[in-house]
Amino acid sequence: MVLPAVGTILLIALFPLVWTVWESLHLHDLRMPWLGRPFIGLDNYIEALGDERFREALVHTLAFTVASVTLELTLGCVLALAMNRAFRGRGLVRAAILVPWAIPTVVAALIWRFMFDGDSGIVNAALAWLGVDPPVWFVDRLAAWVPVVLGDVWKETPFVALLLLAGLQGIDASLYEAARIDGASAWRQFRHITLPLLKPALLVALIFRTRDAFRVFDLVYVMTGGGPGTATEPIALYTFTSLLQNLRFGYGSALSVLVFLVAFLLALGYIRVVGADLTGERR
Amino acid sequence: MSRGARWAALAVGLLVLATAFPFYWTVVASLTPEARLFQAPSLVPTGLVLDHYRALFVERAFWVPIRNSLVVAGCTTVFSVFVGSLCAYALARLRFRGKVPLLGLVLAVSMFPQISVVSPLFLLLRSLRLIDTYPGLILPYLTFALPLTVWLLVGFFRQLPAELEEAAMVDGAGRLRAFREVIVPVAVPGLAATAILTFVYSWNEFLFALSFTLGPERQTVPVAIALFRGQYQVPWGQVLAAAIVATAPVAALVLAFQRRIVQGLTAGAVKG
Amino acid sequence: MATIRFEGVQKTYPNGHVAARGLDLAVADGEFVVLVGPSGCGKSTALRMLAGLETPTAGRIFIGDHDVTAVPPQERDVAMVFQSYALYPHMTVRANMGFGLRMRGAPPDRIAARVAEVAQALGLEMVLDRKPGQLSGGQRQRVALGRAIAREPQVFLFDEPLSNLDTKLRVETRAELARLHRRLRATIVYVTHDQEEAMTLGDRVVVMHDGVIEQAAPPMEVYRRPATLFVAGFVGSPEMNLLPQPDGTLMGVRPQDLTVIPSGTGELEGIVDVVEPRGSEQLLYVRTGPDGARELRVIAPPDLAIAPEQAVGLRLDPARLHRFDASTGRRVN
Repeated sequence: MVLPAVGTILLIALFPLVWTVWESLHLHDLRMPWLGRPFIGLDNYIEALGDERFREALVHTLAFTVASVTLELTLGCVLALAMNRAFRGRGLVRAAILVPWAIPTVVAALIWRFMFDGDSGIVNAALAWLGVDPPVWFVDRLAAWVPVVLGDVWKETPFVALLLLAGLQGIDASLYEAARIDGASAWRQFRHITLPLLKPALLVALIFRTRDAFRVFDLVYVMTGGGPGTATEPIALYTFTSLLQNLRFGYGSALSVLVFLVAFLLALGYIRVVGADLTGERR
Repeated sequence: MSRGARWAALAVGLLVLATAFPFYWTVVASLTPEARLFQAPSLVPTGLVLDHYRALFVERAFWVPIRNSLVVAGCTTVFSVFVGSLCAYALARLRFRGKVPLLGLVLAVSMFPQISVVSPLFLLLRSLRLIDTYPGLILPYLTFALPLTVWLLVGFFRQLPAELEEAAMVDGAGRLRAFREVIVPVAVPGLAATAILTFVYSWNEFLFALSFTLGPERQTVPVAIALFRGQYQVPWGQVLAAAIVATAPVAALVLAFQRRIVQGLTAGAVKG
Repeated sequence: MATIRFEGVQKTYPNGHVAARGLDLAVADGEFVVLVGPSGCGKSTALRMLAGLETPTAGRIFIGDHDVTAVPPQERDVAMVFQSYALYPHMTVRANMGFGLRMRGAPPDRIAARVAEVAQALGLEMVLDRKPGQLSGGQRQRVALGRAIAREPQVFLFDEPLSNLDTKLRVETRAELARLHRRLRATIVYVTHDQEEAMTLGDRVVVMHDGVIEQAAPPMEVYRRPATLFVAGFVGSPEMNLLPQPDGTLMGVRPQDLTVIPSGTGELEGIVDVVEPRGSEQLLYVRTGPDGARELRVIAPPDLAIAPEQAVGLRLDPARLHRFDASTGRRVN
């Protein structure tokens, strides 16, 4: 019963990965087929570490991850806390905020690109109305990050919020009642009851989001193309460019492996946290 | 209302507004004639037209990408739910060694960054002459669809009481028959949620679709939209109209089944 | 109908837990056997092995004359009523009851006729087209019963079927089951943790403890001549009194077999500690022994005038005494 699924997974996922690792140890440039495909060991990796564009992409990715994950967890927490109070129309609210998460990232990217557009963008119009002089969003190397981060936050916060909401709902209400009788303020209750008991859910959200933020591709490709220049280029995009535009398969594979290693380490962390539940709590 | 409740309502209201506004704005823009798009925008629209939508389907044959997305997402969903449910059932119910590492493997595979498997998959598909075909997309899609369905359904099947199958077996049904007659009908809500989630993920997928298709005949909706090219500048009117068209089915699915989807997602992630 | 035989059946789980140690039991055709014991004694495991839902680690199980040890449940021709009823929630009562016959390939008109027959016998004709979710607890129990009966199996297995019912319903259903047994002449293996249920229902009672059969005998014999200390303490309420003797044995006497007599005239002397009036009788806790350290439970007639701190004598009926070896727990008289 298990075989077809497992077999397919192994074939389609594991095999390509192994292949990629093998490829990363070779020189393989499809634009220069006459060079063949010699084995060069770790040369690709050494080149990557010395490649300034790669290092920059790494910095970009880390900065993006930190910024977006922080915002998403915080906003998600606020949203979850607010939604935890039972009120009419909660189902509708939940559905409404779920929509950004459900649409293609491509679409989200376009929507935000349009809003930040220099001429017809609503953002510039609003800033002008407030008397603020807006930067040229997609030309300024730093400002270009703003719509990218905002777009990601807009799209992914609902998922975090729902995850945290589920965690909140698992907390026994009588704990708060006991705390209130003991004289604890709302902030105290949050710090000593909510936060500790929410930790597992927060951890799950943190790991999920970090892993996904690290792999960001669709959003940046469509919104800025990595630009201006390579100012907003994350690792996944640089890897993609090396592979399928520059056709440097060996080098691109090495970059892929590096991205994979980070994601895999995060996955291990996740399994460590959740895995305890997997094997322990059996029904 | 207590003070706490008022804050909560305010927060929720603001966040819902922040969520909905971009959509509102996009819809308005998609209905605004091209000429007026590049003037100063106004919050309340006037003189709305359907030009862009018409152009989408008449000039750009947007129904082609829609068809492609439907085929690819549909086939991926059907196959992965079918195969994945059998696998998930076996993992949830049957006793055999190596179950936990297998589950861990499934989870780990779902965490592969897609970029890491793009090149070998590309070369593999190319050698099989599957580039720019339907199977050429469905197969790669299974790399994330199968682990997803297995993961979601294992959690779901575990929650069903074991006595149902036991009663069916004592009544004379073999394992497979018990699965078909008793488990599947009872599992419909979980299967539905899983199918919806799989469909949504497949519909939204971009990287593989971008890498493994060559021309408009097989491109899916996300790729088609991203590659819209105008003569001199991005045809925002049509792009945004396409965005709305691309969004509408998934948004409708989500709005209709939000409770199921949330259950499926959070049950798998939080409670394990 | 059929006989059942357990031969040296053992069940050890992968984590090391031994649920059944060398079970030997023979059930006659048409006999109603009750497996009773505290949680974890192995009674449910034994039942499930009989159903085929678990496989013994060693030993053999026979149904009729067939060795069914390795036979899967669907080929064993046994019917089981689960503690939670396990009704198929998406099927009507009619479909639930007909499921077993359908699985065995019976023609549809025979299924319909049989289901109608059983439904009428159990008073379920009115709810045949409803789904389990729309039924009351008692109705669901009857559907579970009907599902088993409709199949006319060789053996009926019951896994604590009454534990989810309230007391009144439980007593009523108990009578129903007894009547059913008489009418069907079926071989029944019934599991419960309630010793009173076991005593009233079974032709024979099998007391289990820690994976072992302590005693398998008709109810009255188990009550009057318990084979081990465990059986003596488990069967009969209130619990039997146990008094250590100088020769290394334990003397057992049931509360019902002690008579209260004026102080100074009986084999035992004591001071009444607590009086519990129970309507048809009184339960007394009497302190005896050199320093009042031992407490005896005594059942006294309801109209006996008795109060705490009263000194009383207790008379033992020599014919109702039990003696057990203190180390092995086995009966020695």
